[in-house]
Amino acid sequence: MIYFDNSATTRPHHDALSSYTEAAQTYFANPSSLHRMGGKAEQLLTACRKQAAQLLHVEENEIIFTSGGTEGNNLAIKGTAFRKKRIGNHIITTTIEHPSVLETCAELEKQGFQVTYVDVDKYGYVTADKIRAAITDNTILVSVMHVNNEIGTIQPIQTIGKMLTEFPNVTFHVDYVQGAGKVELDLKKSHIHLCTLSAHKFHGMKGSGILFKDKDVFIAPQLSGGGQEQELRSGTENVPGITAMVKALRLTMENLRDQPARLFELREKLWEGIAKMEGVILHSPPAGAPHIVNFSVPGIKPEVLVHALGEKDIYVSTKSACSSKNSDASAVLLACGVPEAQAESAIRVSFSYDSTMEEVEYFLVVLQEALTQLKKVMR
Amino acid sequence: MKSIYLDHAATSPMHPDVIQAMIPVMEGTFGNPSSVHAFGREARHIVDVARDKVAASIGASDKQIIFTSGGTEADNMALIGTAIARKEQGKHIITTAIEHHATLHAANYLESQGFDVTYLPVDATGAVKLEDLQGALRPDTILVSIMMINNETGIIQPVQAIGELLKSHSAYFHTDAVQAYGTEEIDVVSLGVDLLSVSAHKINGPKGIGALYVADHVRIKPITYGGEQERKRRAGTENVASIAGFGKAAELAMNQRAERKAAYQQLQDTFVSELEAAGTNFFINGDTGPRSAGIVNLSFPGTNVESLLMNFDLSGVTVSSGSACTAGSVDPSHVLKAMYGEDERVTNSIRFSFGYGNTAEAVAEAAQTVAAIIKRLTKGKE
Ligand SMILES: Cc1ncc(COP(=O)(O)O)c(C=O)c1O
Ligand SMILES: Cc1ncc(COP(=O)(O)O)c(C=O)c1O
Repeated sequence: MIYFDNSATTRPHHDALSSYTEAAQTYFANPSSLHRMGGKAEQLLTACRKQAAQLLHVEENEIIFTSGGTEGNNLAIKGTAFRKKRIGNHIITTTIEHPSVLETCAELEKQGFQVTYVDVDKYGYVTADKIRAAITDNTILVSVMHVNNEIGTIQPIQTIGKMLTEFPNVTFHVDYVQGAGKVELDLKKSHIHLCTLSAHKFHGMKGSGILFKDKDVFIAPQLSGGGQEQELRSGTENVPGITAMVKALRLTMENLRDQPARLFELREKLWEGIAKMEGVILHSPPAGAPHIVNFSVPGIKPEVLVHALGEKDIYVSTKSACSSKNSDASAVLLACGVPEAQAESAIRVSFSYDSTMEEVEYFLVVLQEALTQLKKVMR
Repeated sequence: MKSIYLDHAATSPMHPDVIQAMIPVMEGTFGNPSSVHAFGREARHIVDVARDKVAASIGASDKQIIFTSGGTEADNMALIGTAIARKEQGKHIITTAIEHHATLHAANYLESQGFDVTYLPVDATGAVKLEDLQGALRPDTILVSIMMINNETGIIQPVQAIGELLKSHSAYFHTDAVQAYGTEEIDVVSLGVDLLSVSAHKINGPKGIGALYVADHVRIKPITYGGEQERKRRAGTENVASIAGFGKAAELAMNQRAERKAAYQQLQDTFVSELEAAGTNFFINGDTGPRSAGIVNLSFPGTNVESLLMNFDLSGVTVSSGSACTAGSVDPSHVLKAMYGEDERVTNSIRFSFGYGNTAEAVAEAAQTVAAIIKRLTKGKE
């Protein structure tokens, strides 16, 4: 099997799974229980928090464990909006965010907040200047993703963060779900206040995530109850899931450190191969994230191509797996100004550190064959 | 000495079959259920199968199950999601003073949003009275939330009778069945509930996964926005492996319900009678009405909760004082306070909860240990 759909989800790392089962069996007690077994579970949780903080170069009390990227984004955005609504009601984001950001903003609009969706260029880039231009006296939140999940655009997060330091009322949230472990991001240097991660995108398990929250920034909880996670996120902690996530985060950060060029090499190979193919249009920015390549073959339905590749045990995706729109066209590509016919036929290839050069080479051969075959049928 | 875990109401160990059901999913079927390729469809299939099992375990149909990150999220969604969806119909909500904090704090939040919440009292029986509910109902009551079994005392609430009473009222009826799930028979139709919360980690399933049952006619707004998962009612990539584990735990619980209930009741009876035989001075909190097979809350006159917990723990008896979910504090229990007011019981009570892996011998031994500790702590005080 060649699994090139790592932006949808990744294979849990073997060591992360061992961590999961060990924690589930040995440290199953409730970390809030006062007895020693609860204490052991709590110690493990604390150790995980410490390690997560170290890996992200932040402080322990700035880590909030969540159920994933969607919850993290919801908590960051709604939590900020409701907490700061007396200061202002204006939110700035971009047109190519993940649905968990866009739909949350749309809901806030219904509740009386104003949202500016800053537009992007043909490669999906937003600029600090465009965001600055959208800021008003009422602006309380700017939410910009680090790496776009469909085309791999890397936003100028550090420049935006620096610019936003001129606006002390503005909280800066970054959806780091696709970037974590793949593209460097210094949370503190980028002046980020809230930052979302999701374990299943870096070989942890689904259903676990992290929201980094700068200790000087305040948000309103979205789940109330037992008061876990500094009263910001109630619910019995998923200690095994958290343990697996932190293990996976360490391994993925080590990969980024030890082999920073690896994914780029794969991408370059893929890019060159695809660029040579007739009738194929590349959508990803040339300097995009190393693990995502988006292209389309106008005239060929993407499902047909995905199916043809699937026959050869190769897995890629059409647009985002969790796209919120029924339309066949990718909302991200449309926002980049890509014509409908192309936006409807987009394919995304996404790598992990498990991907190999041989797989890329084989993929190119199979893709070329499939295209030739399908075009013959179409004629 | 070997320690014994008698804190199953706080969380329960995973059943080995549950872990076995999860491992192949984690290793082999890790696709995203929303992906269109075969690998995604396999993951989708796993979610579908588990959803059927969870639905069957409470007499619901698959489309009525929303997977959540646990009991807390299910309770929050039930209260906040329906209150916001129905705020045009009315702003009055009824719950009880003895709910889990997931419900109580969600209700507090709704109060801050302009809703009017009535907290029904309980007396020493620990059970809500139908007359009190009847008296509190108003034409603008949009939601009644009353738990099935209290997590601290194990006292069973008259949910079926409440469902009957509410048939003639337009208010939705939500029950937090987190503690009932696994030992009590639950049928959403005969209970007459519109919404019902469950959590996997209380029935030997994984942590971080739960479900909310929502009847077809119920209007509910999501509290999490994003992708179209869970029929657009709960966004977020499905936690496939945990859902598979939850499905397995639900299936086991359903198949073994009667045996489990009988076994846990027997453990509880053994524990209590051993204490009696040892001449220990104790009361069962809320001993007048029906209680859960798995939970008993005991008051030990002349002691205090901190030293009880510490001594039990050091002797290998792993228990809690009421809810573990008050994040590490030994604040006086709001449940016992609601039952007894400022009585001594509020500061000298311990919850013993029984479950998977406990044996009669170990439980009897634990009772003897407890009896010896109580004797030591109360020496000279009688
Ligand atoms: C950029 C981005 N943000 C957020 C999410 C949501 O994360 P999760 O699947 O953990 O809910 C995803 C993936 O689905 C994503 O790609
Ligand atoms: C009655 C009751 N409701 C809700 C919950 C919360 O469930 P979870 O821990 O899955 O968030 C618990 C347990 O903590 C409980 O005992």
